[in-house]
Amino acid sequence: MKIKAQFGMVMNLDKCIGCHTCSVTCSNTWTNRPGTEYMYWNNVETKPGVGYPKEWENNDEKKGGWHLKNGKLELKAGGKFSKLINIFYNKDMVEIDDYYEPWTYEYENLVNSPEKDHQPVARPKSQLTGEYMDITWGPNWEDDLAGVHETGKNDPNMRNLDEQIKFEFEETFMMYLPRICEHCQNPSCVSSCPSGAMYKREEDGIVLVDQDSCRSWRFCMSGCPYKKVYFNWKTNKAEKCTFCFPRIENGQPTICSETCVGRLRYIGIVLYDADKVLEAASVEDEKDLYEAQLGTFLDPFDPVIQKEAVKQGIPEDWIEAAQRSPVYKLAVEQKIALPLHPEYRTMPMVWYIPPLSPFMNALGGQVDSLSPDVIFPTISQFRIPIDYLASLFTAGDTDVIKKVLRKLVAMRTYMRSVQLNKPFDKSILEAADMTEEVAEEMYKLSAIAKYEDRYVIPKSHREDSGDMFSHQGNAGFEFMEACRSCMGGSSEADPLEYYESGFWRELDESSPKGV
Amino acid sequence: MTKLDIFLWIILPYISITIFILGHIYRYNTDQFGWTAKSSEFLEKKRLRFGSTVFHWGIIFVFFGHVAGLLIPKLWFDVLGITDDMYHFGAIWFGGLAGLAVVIGGFFLFLRRVAVKRIVKNSSVSDYVALIMLGIVVLVGFTNTAGYTATGGDFDYRVTIGPWLREILTLQPSQGMVLAMAQAPIGFQLHVSLAFVLFAIWPFTRLVHVFSLPLKYLTRNYVVYRNQKPYHKAKVAQKKEIN
Repeated sequence: MKIKAQFGMVMNLDKCIGCHTCSVTCSNTWTNRPGTEYMYWNNVETKPGVGYPKEWENNDEKKGGWHLKNGKLELKAGGKFSKLINIFYNKDMVEIDDYYEPWTYEYENLVNSPEKDHQPVARPKSQLTGEYMDITWGPNWEDDLAGVHETGKNDPNMRNLDEQIKFEFEETFMMYLPRICEHCQNPSCVSSCPSGAMYKREEDGIVLVDQDSCRSWRFCMSGCPYKKVYFNWKTNKAEKCTFCFPRIENGQPTICSETCVGRLRYIGIVLYDADKVLEAASVEDEKDLYEAQLGTFLDPFDPVIQKEAVKQGIPEDWIEAAQRSPVYKLAVEQKIALPLHPEYRTMPMVWYIPPLSPFMNALGGQVDSLSPDVIFPTISQFRIPIDYLASLFTAGDTDVIKKVLRKLVAMRTYMRSVQLNKPFDKSILEAADMTEEVAEEMYKLSAIAKYEDRYVIPKSHREDSGDMFSHQGNAGFEFMEACRSCMGGSSEADPLEYYESGFWRELDESSPKGV
Repeated sequence: MTKLDIFLWIILPYISITIFILGHIYRYNTDQFGWTAKSSEFLEKKRLRFGSTVFHWGIIFVFFGHVAGLLIPKLWFDVLGITDDMYHFGAIWFGGLAGLAVVIGGFFLFLRRVAVKRIVKNSSVSDYVALIMLGIVVLVGFTNTAGYTATGGDFDYRVTIGPWLREILTLQPSQGMVLAMAQAPIGFQLHVSLAFVLFAIWPFTRLVHVFSLPLKYLTRNYVVYRNQKPYHKAKVAQKKEIN
């Protein structure tokens, strides 16, 4: 048994209002540099839709993740040898247009334009070429189903649904899906990186790119089935969500979680047996992958596990944090959080509580004094088709989705009866495989969602890290651009250069540019 | 032996080799962040496919061709029973084909770099210098094979350029071989001297990615872990545990 601690996140999709605050704060913190402006390490997609980048879920074509080859786990895009053979051209790689061509607006024109009959306008200009461009696609283009009657047909999750019907106005449904890097237990991006620049942190499972070791081979981008490794087209290096490790190490939640207005994100650690990961990722039936992944997690309350964990160097406060972990509670104990696309076999560590759809509507407002016979069949009538959710979270297993929705409905009806002091048919809870205590706890964690319950983040043990100086430059992006003088200089230098000390400075100080 | 001969066939190679070696060491130690293949596939993919694939595979074969023709003494081939005719057949046909692939692939890459707006805007001076220098060296070299050796030219680089290069690399240049170089056809002289100019700028361009060919990938585990504890400390801790 090799015990490792791993950070995970749970997102309660019922509470997501699609406000994009997470994306904006993430972008302001991490991706406001040249070459990264197209990146949203955190993005919120409206589902159904093709998403960001377009059709990222179509891994039959894009070849992200793992598959079983003769019963053995292998990268879907091909093994090590085939990677080296194809290193000069990666046919599976997405292009920047699959995300969108980044642009800015010609704001100076608003100020500098001479007096005219018409208002001056700020025309969009490509940040790649500096030329005027027509905007035909952008981040979040499908927000709130915009254009999805066209693009939605290419959403791979719609495969098993009668799309004709589902895109009729009366039948439409939607949900928000905030996405960050999954920090997988079995990361295919790390496994695809020929130069070993990508790594998983031994202590907390966070997946990072070593900017100094990245050699621009770009297999991580196509290897990630979630398309969450991005290519900085200015520095020619891979970049990705860092799980805000500088904050996490200090016990603070990631910036996307901290600023989430819906308070729908949970962060905690789980203990898992690293020796079991390969076996779990290699189970034959895709529908068993969810259970197999749960099987890798270890019970932090088990004294045997605790003893072994301490022996293997897991700090005691981390074991305690694993016991209080909301991720463990929601995913393992209550089993209402599910992994995104387990069929990619990467064992993702960002889990989702599926949305209930407009709940009162489905029950016709008759939520009081219901029996299980009435309430549970309604789940299949919910606006968001069970099949769609199953395609997202359980590799198509609708039973698991139904079980989860049943629990959520049972918890709500139970708490409603408690709050309103109304009679309650306890068989509803029993049918959902719950007790009153569990319902109560679920309610506290998902509805009250106190800050200290949502984020149980043990600080990293810096006293163990020894010579921290040796880690300088291993991560982070403060150096920004390649050594310009020795590369002969780029043809178009940025007017602003970022200095290691962190200050901006006009490159040409003799002729300062206008504000 | 004129001063020019001494410069071209002794001084230039040594200056170039010195810059090549020290330059790589310097760059590797000071500019890990800039040490990349500078892939532009993310910005433009369609036109890259043919050019990049053909060029790179071609130049790999060309490289091994040069090793066989210049670094391996002719004697070895004789011992192995490879006659001059057999060698020349291989050099002209395989070498010629590989050279043609490099020329065509390189031409496609050049066109892409000057024609695709996104690529033009994101190219540095060093990208152009590397591409053009490489292009000239390749073109001259290909012309030598296709226009001279293949049409029956009687200059044998295996008894002139080959020994000369081996002497240079083993730090024992001799007058005889420098004279042999001085009497080589102009095409070969150009190819060799320009190649040494290319080697001198090599460490300061994207060409450094040649040395990053990730062969280690073949033998390592798929998932890479890194430990916050410095390696030796972790090892010591582990040892203590075992004891």
